[in-house]
Amino acid sequence: MTAGDGYFVRRFTPELGTWGRLTARDSLVRRVDWMLMISGLALSAVGTALVWSATRNRSDLTGGDPYYFVTRHAIFTTVGIALMAATVWVGHRTLRGVVPVLYGLSLVLVATVLSPLGTTINGSRAWLDLGGGFTVQPAEFTKITIILGMAMILAARVDAGDRQYPDHRTVVQALGMAAAPILIVVLMPDLGSAMVLTAIVLGVLLASGASNRWVLGLVLAGVSGAALVVSLGMLDEYQVNRFAAFANPALDPAGVGYNTNQARIAIGSGGATGKGLGEGSQTTGQFVPEQQTDFIFTVAGEELGFVGAGLILLLIGVMLWRACRIARGASDLYGTIVAAGVVAWFAFQAFENIGMTLGIMPVAGLPLPFVSYGGSSMFAVWIAVGLLQSVKAQRPLSA
Amino acid sequence: MTNIPETGKSTRVTVRLVGIQVLVLSLLLTLGGRLWYLQIRNGDQYEEEAAGNHVQQVIEPAVRGSILDSRGEPLADNETRLVVSASRTDLMKMDDDGEAVLTKLAGVLGMKPRTVMERVRLCDADTPKPCWNGSPYQPIPITDEATARQALQIREQKEEFPGITAEPSAVRRYGSPNDAATAQVLGYLSPVTDEEIEQAEDGDNPLLRTDQIGRAGLERSYDSELRGQAGVTSYRVDKLGRVIGEADKQPGVPGSNLVTSIDSRVQALAEKELAKAMKVARTEFDDNTGTNYKADSGAMVVMEADTGRVVAMASNPMYDPNDWVGGIDAATYKKLTGKKANYPLLNRATQGQSAPGSIFKPVTTTAAVNAGYDFDGNYQCSSDYSIGGQVFKNFESQSFGLIDLGRALEVSCDTVYYRLAHQEWLNDGGNKPKKKPDDWFYKTAHQFGLGEETGIDLPNEVTGRVPDRQWKKDYWKANKDAWCKQGKQDGDYTERIAYENCLEGMRMRAGDAVNYSIGQGDTLVTPIQMATMYGAIANGGTLYDPTIGKAVISADGKKVDMIEPKAHGKLPLDKATHAAIDDALAGVATRGTAAWRFTGWPQDKIPMHAKTGTAEVYGKQTTSWFATYTDEYTIVMTISQGGTGSGASAPAVRAVYNALYGVTEDGGIDPKKALLPKPQKKLPKISPDGRIEAP
Repeated sequence: MTAGDGYFVRRFTPELGTWGRLTARDSLVRRVDWMLMISGLALSAVGTALVWSATRNRSDLTGGDPYYFVTRHAIFTTVGIALMAATVWVGHRTLRGVVPVLYGLSLVLVATVLSPLGTTINGSRAWLDLGGGFTVQPAEFTKITIILGMAMILAARVDAGDRQYPDHRTVVQALGMAAAPILIVVLMPDLGSAMVLTAIVLGVLLASGASNRWVLGLVLAGVSGAALVVSLGMLDEYQVNRFAAFANPALDPAGVGYNTNQARIAIGSGGATGKGLGEGSQTTGQFVPEQQTDFIFTVAGEELGFVGAGLILLLIGVMLWRACRIARGASDLYGTIVAAGVVAWFAFQAFENIGMTLGIMPVAGLPLPFVSYGGSSMFAVWIAVGLLQSVKAQRPLSA
Repeated sequence: MTNIPETGKSTRVTVRLVGIQVLVLSLLLTLGGRLWYLQIRNGDQYEEEAAGNHVQQVIEPAVRGSILDSRGEPLADNETRLVVSASRTDLMKMDDDGEAVLTKLAGVLGMKPRTVMERVRLCDADTPKPCWNGSPYQPIPITDEATARQALQIREQKEEFPGITAEPSAVRRYGSPNDAATAQVLGYLSPVTDEEIEQAEDGDNPLLRTDQIGRAGLERSYDSELRGQAGVTSYRVDKLGRVIGEADKQPGVPGSNLVTSIDSRVQALAEKELAKAMKVARTEFDDNTGTNYKADSGAMVVMEADTGRVVAMASNPMYDPNDWVGGIDAATYKKLTGKKANYPLLNRATQGQSAPGSIFKPVTTTAAVNAGYDFDGNYQCSSDYSIGGQVFKNFESQSFGLIDLGRALEVSCDTVYYRLAHQEWLNDGGNKPKKKPDDWFYKTAHQFGLGEETGIDLPNEVTGRVPDRQWKKDYWKANKDAWCKQGKQDGDYTERIAYENCLEGMRMRAGDAVNYSIGQGDTLVTPIQMATMYGAIANGGTLYDPTIGKAVISADGKKVDMIEPKAHGKLPLDKATHAAIDDALAGVATRGTAAWRFTGWPQDKIPMHAKTGTAEVYGKQTTSWFATYTDEYTIVMTISQGGTGSGASAPAVRAVYNALYGVTEDGGIDPKKALLPKPQKKLPKISPDGRIEAP
């Protein structure tokens, strides 16, 4: 335990000019993970093009302005990058101190969604209407607060040097903290977000070094709980069918089955190099639902082909690889857990989102990080990138 | 990992982080693999599915070509009717699915709103007929009998009738120029079936659901030429069926016109004379049956002798081909296909077959000469001829003493042919046939093209039958069980025949050979076969495939494809015998069995040749046959249960000749009255705007 406590990055170096300060060996610029940055920016750029293609003809949604979505998408991305910068500036360590406040705030926000103030979209009461055409999806921010909250609780005694691993009491505390917002999200019902939050909890627990029993127990509890819900008939048949329709479209031929089939046709028909941006017949014909948000990957598949869709996978891969590196390189367990939580989040959400368009995962309403249209998601993922950068920047430099 | 600093992390955490990394990598590889599977491995299949998803076709049917007679008169063409159609796509955009508009439309058209609604609903498993089974993107016809006033009302109040169009559209019409219905020759159209669409799918000219297809006659044999190619516009549509662009446009090609060798004036005359002859025959008393002749059906073929082109082809009973236009109703269909009306759809000239009787004798005469008998030899024409106790009588038991084969043809002496046939049967081994019998009489019939199709350009021609040894064997095999069951040695006539057939039906018996020699027994021919054969005798020996189509001319008149006469054989006749037979057949018309029907005929100017036939049919009245030819034409006529050849058929045939050449009552020739003294060689001209000029 030779943790680099008290190592401060933001140093005042008056002897150097601006350029010198920016390029100094220990400067922030040098400490930023540029590959992570670039892959995030590239994904957002591809996303902008795809949102443009998916919405330029949708006068039913845009009210006649073909730039409606793409403009907002660009604004969201810019704001997201600003939020990232702010997060780096503040630093994840500073945030550690205000985690209870952030957690409480996010809990209030998600709870508000269930109140009459919430807005229902696609059967989920998951949005807050801010007026002016802006809605916010608090569950996105819950992902951050759960990561920070659990990291704070689980790492506290380890980072203090009291223990090597989180003890049972700590784990119970952390799980309890995570359970409240997850329960609310399930009640919305926002199945997609609930699944991502669960994946985050699992990732965080794994990275914290908590006992294997906790990890396995949690997985077992999840699986048997789901089995119990189905076998006790707590769900209507149509709900089960809708869930399973990704594998067998005949179970829900008019709804999910139709959509997944159309999504598969869109992607498959793209072939190796795609039909060209804006040229996809499935996209222009609006055969796939929610194409600027949850099913945006189908636009890439159809119009950019295996090359373009593969590039998205590659960029996500680069991002996750950097995030894993950051997790392993973090100077303390808090940083490791934060980074690993983000890895679990991004990895699961991307896999579920792309997997459902490819017909290997059940359909759940989830955006593709950085690519899908949507402010809350865009802000949240860039804040998460900010957390990763902060973890990276605040560890000791290699010797 | 030199640039990863010492973090003091526990091994467990490091191992878990590596585990997470591996898990993440495998998830991404899974997605990549699946992506490869969908896009690379199965990309083509999905591309096809995507193409089917978003393209809808709108079809503009091609105008069907006309069928013209040799002078350009339309035997079949199209008339313009005002068709009111509804666009389902437009109706479905309305809040009430177009109900209000359709109700209003029903008011204008004087129809029940319900009827209109039923026309535009789509057929599916739960929808009873009437319903629309075509493409929902196709304008759906509501009526094709709109008046100009109704059409105007709809067109002038466009905003009142969104999605409704009133357009003139082509409907088939059989105009019967000069009163020539030509029904069985033209045939008819009916809507295409699903199987036909499927079958034609991969061909050059796929069928469309809206297509009508030729079912019989020329409409069927020249269907692909007449039909043309429909124009197909493919539209890209979105999920809701809204058109978002044009994908492909394939312009239509209007159907070509078929010029036939039919002369509608001659055709009308043939139809009229045939009907008249049958009517007259029904007033004649038949001594054998003790009733008037039934004259239930008949046919007349007028053919160009030198080409095999058909100038007229009449078949009775007749029907009105317009019955088929715009869909046939059940009652009419039943009538047209029923026994009571004696199957008027059948073309008796190509699909009616019966024993030829004595008009078969040129075949037997040729056979005898080829077998070595001298044409000019002396043959006994006795009143009867008996074989083993069985007596074969000459027609009306006449006797002419010793005559040559030419005279035998002229007076149609059966007993001369009995003797010859019996002799040949004996030469071939009689009841114990040689291994390779000569079978001159049967071989010659085949050489005359009998027992097979003539190859006329009409569908479903029948072959007739040459009852040779092979046929006897096959026929016996097929029927012996029934014969042996029915046959009784001492039963009534049919039972005795069955008994005999059961025992020895597989063998050629003397009686079979003898009956066959005068075109009786199991021999069957069609009028078109007889016309082809007599045409060959007239033209020097060439058996032409009879043709009705003369040329296929594109709609704008620019492309002309002549249908040239094609031969399928030569008569097995040497020059001398041919000339002798030709002489004898002229003798039939001047001093033989048909002479009384050609009194006053200008034989020196228009040499007439003829042969009469009166075929006996068991259980029925005699079939009247009359076969004739001049240098230009061959005319063959038959009336089933009509009486004798010269008695029942000859006046009609003579009337047609009179008209063709302009022969007057007193035997003079009035060129002004002649309809067609020489066959029409030229084609009518079709100008680019579709106007037709007579040649």
